[in-house]
Amino acid sequence: MLIEAAILIPAIGAVLIALTGRQPNLREAITLVSAVSMFIVVCQIYLALETGDALAIEILEVVPGLSLAFAVEPLGMLFALVASFLWIVTSIYSIGYMRGHHEQNQTRFYVCFALALSSVMGLTFSANMFTLFIFYELITLVTYPLVTHSGTDEAKRSGRVYLGVLLGTSIGLQLLAIIWTWTITGTLDFTEGGILAGKTTDIVIAILFALYVFGIGKAALMPFHRWLPAAMVAPTPVSALLHAVAVVKAGVFTVLKVTVYIFGIDLLATTGSSEWLIYVASATILIASIIAMSKDNLKARLAYSTVSQLAYIVLGAMLASTMGIIGSGMHIAMHAFGKITLFFCAGAIMVASHKTEISQMRGLGRTMPFTMMAFLIGSMSIIGLPPTGGMWSKWFLVMGTLEAEYYIPLLVLLISSLLNVAYLLPIAVRGFFSEPDDMSPENRAQGIKEAPLPCLIAIAITSLGCIALFFYPEPVYELMKSIVN
Amino acid sequence: MISQHLPVLQVVVPLLFAPICVLLRRHNLVWGVVLLSCWASFVIATLLLQQVLTGGEIIYAIGGWEAPWGIEYRVDILNSFVLLIITGIASIVITFARESVHKEISEDRIYLFYTAFLLHLTGLCGVVITGDAFNIFVFVEIASLSSYAMISAGRDRRALLAAFRYLILGTVGATFILIGIGLMYVMTGTLNIADMADRIRDVQDTRTIVSAFAFFTVGVCIKFGLFPLHYWLPNAYTYAPSIVSAFLSGTTSKVFIYVLLRFLFTIFGAEYAFDTMHLDIILMVAALLAIFSGSIAAIYQDNIKKMLAYSSIAQIGYMVLGISLVSVTGLMASILHLFNHALIKTALFMSVACFFFRFDSVSLKDLKGVGRQMPWTTMAFVIGGLSLIGIPMTVGFISKWYLIVAALEKDWWWMAALILLGSILAVVYIWKVIEVIYFQSTEADSQPVTEAVKFQEAPLSMLIPVWVIIFANIYFGVNASWVTDISQQAAVYLMGGQ
Repeated sequence: MLIEAAILIPAIGAVLIALTGRQPNLREAITLVSAVSMFIVVCQIYLALETGDALAIEILEVVPGLSLAFAVEPLGMLFALVASFLWIVTSIYSIGYMRGHHEQNQTRFYVCFALALSSVMGLTFSANMFTLFIFYELITLVTYPLVTHSGTDEAKRSGRVYLGVLLGTSIGLQLLAIIWTWTITGTLDFTEGGILAGKTTDIVIAILFALYVFGIGKAALMPFHRWLPAAMVAPTPVSALLHAVAVVKAGVFTVLKVTVYIFGIDLLATTGSSEWLIYVASATILIASIIAMSKDNLKARLAYSTVSQLAYIVLGAMLASTMGIIGSGMHIAMHAFGKITLFFCAGAIMVASHKTEISQMRGLGRTMPFTMMAFLIGSMSIIGLPPTGGMWSKWFLVMGTLEAEYYIPLLVLLISSLLNVAYLLPIAVRGFFSEPDDMSPENRAQGIKEAPLPCLIAIAITSLGCIALFFYPEPVYELMKSIVN
Repeated sequence: MISQHLPVLQVVVPLLFAPICVLLRRHNLVWGVVLLSCWASFVIATLLLQQVLTGGEIIYAIGGWEAPWGIEYRVDILNSFVLLIITGIASIVITFARESVHKEISEDRIYLFYTAFLLHLTGLCGVVITGDAFNIFVFVEIASLSSYAMISAGRDRRALLAAFRYLILGTVGATFILIGIGLMYVMTGTLNIADMADRIRDVQDTRTIVSAFAFFTVGVCIKFGLFPLHYWLPNAYTYAPSIVSAFLSGTTSKVFIYVLLRFLFTIFGAEYAFDTMHLDIILMVAALLAIFSGSIAAIYQDNIKKMLAYSSIAQIGYMVLGISLVSVTGLMASILHLFNHALIKTALFMSVACFFFRFDSVSLKDLKGVGRQMPWTTMAFVIGGLSLIGIPMTVGFISKWYLIVAALEKDWWWMAALILLGSILAVVYIWKVIEVIYFQSTEADSQPVTEAVKFQEAPLSMLIPVWVIIFANIYFGVNASWVTDISQQAAVYLMGGQ
């Protein structure tokens, strides 16, 4: 019951939101209520998992051998917890942002948002690759109206890139891999240790694995990363929750699921099928970081930073080592908190001071001290500095490279951290220590001008979350550890 | 008692009601009669399928004259399934038709149009149900002649040329079919399909049978519009009244693919057709060319009906591709796609009919931003489009899944990749429409418009049938076991009958 509840609550929420579209207060209350109740349900599932009561349910058999089924396992649990918690925060934030920014079509926005979360829940609890694929495609389709929200020509163009890359890779590569797996093994169930071992030749395994990894376009591995910067045309709450947390993490989550439960890390380690992909991921990390440095638009810079951070997670999976998997899983949570904070700040800056370019943000710390402080904390978490949670995932990723004895990726991780410092820290530092460009007297006298209160509350929660995860990483670590043992 | 005579009633019911329509003339009354006889046919088809599933093949001798003297009807798992498809589509289309026909066809011809509709259904049912080769030709002609009449019934004068072109090519096809059947009759001395299948083995290496095979195959391929014999199809679907496009796309091509299956597998036998004559290679190349030329042509269309027509050519390619794999799974995918594509295309053509009903045009430039004015129709079009692309939870996904499984069973991964590439092309042409109908604004939007003008959805009598079939698209995509089971039985039956 709990699993269905987690998927249905946001879906029912979406219907109610659509019905109450004319009364904004009621509509947003429903959003909050469904977010909170979904989180409570997910927590219940977590407690059930802790007590060893693994939930599983089969809804129906679509055709013989292929069923729509759900099951709870630690990796999905972690993702569900992160996504459902951050939905509450984002809902609070959206209320401030969407009103402060006078966006059009707010009802459609909230409806699609709730539907996206419903699909994400379906994805996290999928018991087999078939079910996962259904929800993977649903996420793409329900987020498309969010990307093209403004309806401008630019939004339409971006929507085309978004849909083209995500549907193209998933239909052209991933679906092929799924059906191929099915013809080889006759099952698509996620099984500990994988289902492919001993079923086929090493070459087929290598091809299949590449089809999966590139076919999961949501993981934004180069060269299929273009959709993510394109998606930044969406309103900021969408960029924050969906394109820093839910959608992109759905991608890397799928990569991890496939790695651990379809192939099994032992099979990958013995066949070496994932070896060359380590270097693809490493290249993505570096190239995306360098592109991020060249972007002056804040959201674009954050988008490329996300591409690079997602490649960390893929890299961890490709290492096919225990520590690598732990690091990857933890990075899903840590990066989520860090990046959502940064996007919230970017949105707050846009609402309060209408600035989108980094070069305009000198001295912004004087008028928006709170936002810039949070931005600093978020940056530190992305870079991986204590006292923020980002440190732990990076620690385990580094351990993973050492364990698997790959030294080039180790070097890449170190260089990338330096690049992160170079493209993130100056924003906050200049905000506090540089003089504003516009030094006219009335501008000086303006004093503090922060974003609306709901935005600030949301920012406070996530940035404190970054710090809390430094001191209490235990639950995340335990969940991930139970996967590899 | 009556349940014994269901096979003949399947044909007789629409055939008898057709002349009654001419006598009644008042178009609402005629519509009621046609509606009733279509649904009656559907009930008969359902009962027949049930009988076949429980009791196996039904053999019915017309007028009590046993074959080979008389004509016999044979109902097995394959043709009872095809009967279910065509009568089901006919029923849903006719339920939808009243308002649309009233708008698109001039008043004095409406009763004739409905008559042609029933005769077409008669022809199709007859082709499918009969166990006699010459009888097939007769019913093919009934179905074809009535379809030329239906296509040219609309107000669009371009339909006349399209119908004429279809008439010429369709007659060539029918003549080829007749020549093929004639040559087979000369060599085997029988017209009964079952007898013919027995006797053709002894004479199959003669030049006469080789010619018969060639004539027949080409004739049937013209009829269902296999690339490169599809020349008549796009214009016929485009300029015909909307309701006709919906009906023909869902039924006619399916029936002729059935005829191809029946002759290849039951009469000639898979071994002769594919090992001796190597038809599989010809069909495969033609099917792949159909998929790509059809899909690419669809991308460049501004007229939505024409786009869907080209998409039909591509979809026919998928069905033929399944046949060309010559395996149980491949055939199963083809038979499954007969059913699924009927649901998809009829849904799409019906929602386009709703657009035409309100805006008198199916050209993209006239449909900018209709998503706001006709939200339910547009939503139906989107879901139908997703089904055409093959998004999971829709019927299109199920067919594509089995087709790819069939290709991978042979280790033809390149073919699997090509099939998927075809789906991606479908994304392009469907999304082109979705962008226009949702995001581009109409000129009217720039002026202040009242709420009443802004919201002009199609009438409920059209919307409900559209949504019924959209629901079927989702239902059979989620709970596909029943359909896949029947398709598999039919495929095993065909492969086992060689």
